[in-house]
Amino acid sequence: MILWEVSDLERTLKELKTGEKGVIIKVLGEKGAVKKRLMDMGMTSGAEVLVRKAAPLGDPIEINIRGYELTLRKAEAQNIIIK
Amino acid sequence: MPLKFALVGNPNCGKTTLFNEITGSTQYVGNWPGVTIEKREGKAKKIQEDVLIIDLPGIYSLSPYSMEEIIARDYIINEMPDVVINIVDGTNIERNFYLTIQLIELGVNVVVALNMMDAVEAKGDKIDLKILEGSLKVPVVPITASKGKGVTELLEKALNVAQTAAAAGGSPLLQEIHNESIVASIEEIENRIIPTLESKVQNPRWTSLKLLEGDEKVQEALKVSVESLNQIKVYQEDLEKKFDMDIETIVADSRYRFTTDVTRKAVKKKAQASDLTISDKIDKVVTNRVLAIPLFLAMMFGIFSVTFGTVGSSTIDFVDGLVNDTIATFVLSLLEGAGAAVWLQDLIVGGIIGGLGSMLVFVPQIMILFFFLAILEDTGYMARAAFVMDRLLRKLGLSGKSFIPMLIGFGCTVPAVMSTRTLENEKDRRLTIMLVPFMSCGARLPVYALYTAAFFANNQTMVVFSLYLLGIAVAVLSGVFLKKTILKGEVAPFVMELPPYRIPTFKGLMIHMWDRGKGFVKKAGTIIFAAAVVIWFLQYFNFSFQAVSEPADSILGAIGNAIAPVFAPLGFGDWQSAVALLTGFIAKEAVVSTMGILHGVAEATESSTDLITALRTVFTPLTAYAFMAFSLLYLPCMAAFATIKREMNSWKWTLITVGYSTGIAWVVAFLIFQGGKMMGFN
Ligand SMILES: Nc1nc2c(ncn2[C@@H]2O[C@H](COP(=O)(O)OP(=O)(O)OP(=O)(O)O)[C@@H](O)[C@H]2O)c(=O)[nH]1
Ligand SMILES: [Mg+2]
Repeated sequence: MILWEVSDLERTLKELKTGEKGVIIKVLGEKGAVKKRLMDMGMTSGAEVLVRKAAPLGDPIEINIRGYELTLRKAEAQNIIIK
Repeated sequence: MPLKFALVGNPNCGKTTLFNEITGSTQYVGNWPGVTIEKREGKAKKIQEDVLIIDLPGIYSLSPYSMEEIIARDYIINEMPDVVINIVDGTNIERNFYLTIQLIELGVNVVVALNMMDAVEAKGDKIDLKILEGSLKVPVVPITASKGKGVTELLEKALNVAQTAAAAGGSPLLQEIHNESIVASIEEIENRIIPTLESKVQNPRWTSLKLLEGDEKVQEALKVSVESLNQIKVYQEDLEKKFDMDIETIVADSRYRFTTDVTRKAVKKKAQASDLTISDKIDKVVTNRVLAIPLFLAMMFGIFSVTFGTVGSSTIDFVDGLVNDTIATFVLSLLEGAGAAVWLQDLIVGGIIGGLGSMLVFVPQIMILFFFLAILEDTGYMARAAFVMDRLLRKLGLSGKSFIPMLIGFGCTVPAVMSTRTLENEKDRRLTIMLVPFMSCGARLPVYALYTAAFFANNQTMVVFSLYLLGIAVAVLSGVFLKKTILKGEVAPFVMELPPYRIPTFKGLMIHMWDRGKGFVKKAGTIIFAAAVVIWFLQYFNFSFQAVSEPADSILGAIGNAIAPVFAPLGFGDWQSAVALLTGFIAKEAVVSTMGILHGVAEATESSTDLITALRTVFTPLTAYAFMAFSLLYLPCMAAFATIKREMNSWKWTLITVGYSTGIAWVVAFLIFQGGKMMGFN
């Protein structure tokens, strides 16, 4: 496991507000199905993300990434470091 | 030997649409990821040559993490199709190419079909095909599968590739896709490890890459020794140190870098990511903070009002008049004219026409229901519903994805149980399968339609809606209960693509309606027909095979009377109800056809089979409601049972599911009847 210090410029995807953009630096977490799925869906370093909206009950969120719409939970979004 | 072309691509990119177009078949298409879950084969009709087309489930990657991915990958590797037609959604090239690259890495013959060109044009995007072909080094053919455009060209290209291309050994592109350090490690493995393996490796390049990625399925298949694995680990750790990421991320990153690069060069998008598309505007309403859930309920209510309201019930009157009056009277007069024996007249008119007729009258209504469900599936609403409901479903330990099987369950439990395959987690799948049968399927509809017409004529829609809600409520409580007891586990993740809204095609809607509806007509002509004949005989004769004057003295009467006491505390302890519920295992709508025979037979020869009047003498509104609730919840039909067994792959879990639902059905019906009685209803 590589520990990650979140610096001033960096935030997690969870902290982005609706309409805000960011660039993915890194996806944290153990190797496994969830992380792999996130990467297969295009969540790799350098990808631009835009938070489109949150679901009616606040979670999950919808983002635009690599030209398409993806939904994921805040719990997963928390593992995605962006700047 | 026919040539084999396999259709491979991301979920929802139009594979089945293309398959239908090429083969002239009518397979299920829908606007949500995960529609196709099984491999389908068909002969190509558009060309002279003998070509077999294979439709596969959609996948995002060739990683070994989900069932579909393993199925698709195994198919490509083991069956070795002559050409892999990789369908790419032209509006979403960057992500779709992630899979394309993996297919190219695999070294198979790939032809890229760039689909949805109509949508690309409508958006005003420009795609440079020359650049794409130049970078990928495979043919790229633009098509619009839904309109059949470009399909012949695509097939010609694929034939060309199949006939000319030499079997590709390794992929020349690997060096261009991946950075030097990765390529170096791949070469190390290829030169040092692969030759030491016992089994002969078909595709050393790809195998080396997979071993570097740490693909466990490949390790197992090749029985890689611990020594070799340790050696591979050294290469992995070197890279991990260098890039400060784990090995899977390094390789995925590298692939995406390549797709981004190609897309940037070849695709000129007109709109910005932040511009609002039509889908976003629709979503402003559909997934609105306040409106989303009321809108969903209103929509379901609307669907049921139309199905059970004026439109639906007018179809009943029509078919009822046709079957039970016109046809029955006509057949009876024919039989009488021909001097047929009384028992034969009774079998044909009372047993077959009366039994099947009482169920067939509801087929148009079932079709109407399927039509509306088809609209939900084809527009793209399914994925939104999953998005909106995820938060609530998480309380049950499920994810929004489980909501899709549940919605499909309103049509039929069988495809609903099968569609749980898209759920990644085994426990979630199990729980979802256990809950799906509580979603009231189309086959229960005849039961409701009959009983509400008899006892709740003034507020049919409300009563039926309440039954659907009852099913949902039982599913929710069961979810909480099961998750706390026998199905404890982690919370399932939720990562899902939201497709753009699409206007459903007329053809698509008709295929849907027919595909799901024809099953009912078929069932009526086969097993329900057989059951009706058997039921008729059993209620006509006693154990010494003499015709009885009172059906209660018949074989069936004896069986019914033996089990009826079980249902007595629920308010319907007569032998006819017991028998009808037993036959409900054959198919839920058989409950109605059996009732039709048992209550209609006496008067059948007098040409009036008024089942409703007969039921009014046996049931009260309260017992009718308890009976409907029991029919809704108790053991799923035979077909659903078999599907559950297959998908759970365990007798234990299948029996738990069936036992649980029947137990719950008894308790709920008991509470309704006894509670209602105490409150003074009847
Ligand atoms: N505009 C447009 N829509 C299309 C085209 N081809 C398919 N579609 C639509 O795309 C959606 C998905 O089509 P399917 O054929 O079910 O896709 P699939 O790849 O088989 O999907 P899965 O089975 O889930 O993997 C449907 O709503 C189709 O009507 C096309 O050429 N243009
Ligand atoms: Mg499909």
